Amino acid sequence: MTIAPTHKPTFADIPLSERLAKATPLLLVPVLVLVGLAAIGNPSSWLTLTVSGLAMGMMIFIIASGLTLVFGLMDVINFGHGAFISVGAFVGISVLLALGGWAGAPSLLLNLLVVLLAVIAAMIVTGGLGWAFEKVIVRPVYGAHLKQILVTVGGLIVIEQLIAVVWGPEEIFFSRPETLKGAFTFWGAALEKYRILAVAVGLGLFVAMRLVFRRTKIGLIVRAGVENGEMVEALGYRLSRVFIGVFIAGSALAGLGGVMWGLYQEVITASMGEELMILVFIVVIIGGLGSVEGAFIGALLVGLLQNYVAFLEPKLALVSNIALMTAILMWRPQGMLPVVKAK
Amino acid sequence: MSEPVLKLKGVETDIAQYHILKKVDLDVPRGSVTMLLGRNGVGKTTTLRTIIGHWQARAGSITFDGNDITRLPVPDRARAGIGFVPEDMGIFADLTVEENMILAAISGPLDAARRDWLFSVFPPLRTFWNAAAGNLSGGQKQMLSIARAMAERRTLYLIDEPTKGLAPAIISTMVGALRELKAQGASILMVEQNFAVAKALGDHAAVMDDGRIVWTGSMAELANDATLQERLMGLSMEMQ
Ligand SMILES: Nc1ncnc2c1ncn2[C@@H]1O[C@H](COP(=O)(O)OP(=O)(O)O)[C@@H](O)[C@H]1O
Ligand SMILES: [Mg+2]
Repeated sequence: MTIAPTHKPTFADIPLSERLAKATPLLLVPVLVLVGLAAIGNPSSWLTLTVSGLAMGMMIFIIASGLTLVFGLMDVINFGHGAFISVGAFVGISVLLALGGWAGAPSLLLNLLVVLLAVIAAMIVTGGLGWAFEKVIVRPVYGAHLKQILVTVGGLIVIEQLIAVVWGPEEIFFSRPETLKGAFTFWGAALEKYRILAVAVGLGLFVAMRLVFRRTKIGLIVRAGVENGEMVEALGYRLSRVFIGVFIAGSALAGLGGVMWGLYQEVITASMGEELMILVFIVVIIGGLGSVEGAFIGALLVGLLQNYVAFLEPKLALVSNIALMTAILMWRPQGMLPVVKAK
Repeated sequence: MSEPVLKLKGVETDIAQYHILKKVDLDVPRGSVTMLLGRNGVGKTTTLRTIIGHWQARAGSITFDGNDITRLPVPDRARAGIGFVPEDMGIFADLTVEENMILAAISGPLDAARRDWLFSVFPPLRTFWNAAAGNLSGGQKQMLSIARAMAERRTLYLIDEPTKGLAPAIISTMVGALRELKAQGASILMVEQNFAVAKALGDHAAVMDDGRIVWTGSMAELANDATLQERLMGLSMEMQ
């Protein structure tokens, strides 16, 4: 037998249509933005709504990214994720209120510092809570979806009640740090400063996540694990440890999202996380379970659509997102960027 | 002769409620190639998956390199020195060829000399180094799967049907690569349905039937005895 490879190395043929199909979800965001412009007509209203929609999308993405990976890696459905949003918001806003002097000062530096401290505190607490939640509630029900739904909903309710015990049952109103109030006027449109900050934070995080997933070994392990966890283990990596790390990071990101959402609304309630989870689940499902990039596109679509429709036909805002989910699932039952699962 | 590198004693494995492996006894000698043969569905893949730990043995013991690994988690078995090439190749399709190989190097960065050697035995890997592994052809995926197991030196390689569905030219590339691996002193336990390949590479043979090892001996002995082949493996074996 000869050893020399006589075959020519070529790719398996991928038809052009298939390559294009892969790229279409990326085009949906600009298409929606243009459709929005056509429907709204007035460019300055459209710009305001677009920035607002992107800000909302970024916050939902931050919350959804951890949830989609938790599902992708271990097939775990975690309704408790909503609790981390609320806890993050309460911890973060408590820090903000405690440092009221800094938040009220007309200094961008002090204002950003107090927000940063609020975020760090929220992420530490929700990360720790995530660690305990995984250990106590999720680990005993690996591989059993119905039990996961039941116990994680149970965990969500318990944590919401604990929030009421610690912070009281009423919603808490507050205002944003001084320099983050108000809006810029640009091209006749009012662009709220905080929304622009939220877009910047969301974009920065997305870029950072992409770098981690493409440039670090741990990122590669997570991506490979979403596709084929069995093979990752056969190579010598402990998937359960990777999963715990992702669970903690995802919980901390939900906490960050909670602080950001609280600052956006200027009011927090124990059930705010639970309420947001409807949109978060829509984003995770239409993005493709396990796909961070899919969640990013899905979150932007949901945020933009919600804002456009709320302006055009307020009653239809939530329905529009459910319609979006239905349409996308009819087009791609596995979501926009489905992860190629082994088996 | 030295101790076998791998020893299965009375290994039983269930999949769901089915009793698939019914007392498997198997010795894999060190530094040589053992062919695990038998008809479709007799339990060859299940045996390899039980050795790496994807199925947990319900009874019996697995000794590797002198240590009992029967209850060890999968990653610990891999790190103890077992490379695994699964029947479905287990390629990470969303990752590039390079990223697949980076993951395969578990004790540090991929060694450049090792990589160049792998390029020489599997040239398409160099060509498609930065391409998504999911876009490779079937033969290239199989090369990547084997190269991944070979990314670092391992004591034992478990390889499940590496030539399944491949064109003859690619099969000879595979055989060449596995010969080089063997020349480096590795021990290999390989499932192979292509009898010509089994004959070309195998030193020892173990034949399975219905969840048991029913015959062991030298590959040459089995290859030269058509009636024995007929009796052990029936007609399902591709005779060439
Ligand atoms: N995941 C599974 N679920 C149920 N039965 C299985 C599974 N995998 C293998 N089996 C059964 O186990 C037996 C042995 O299969 P396998 O080890 O794959 O055989 P071989 O590799 O020798 O062709 C077959 O009867 C097969 O149907
Ligand atoms: Mg098989």
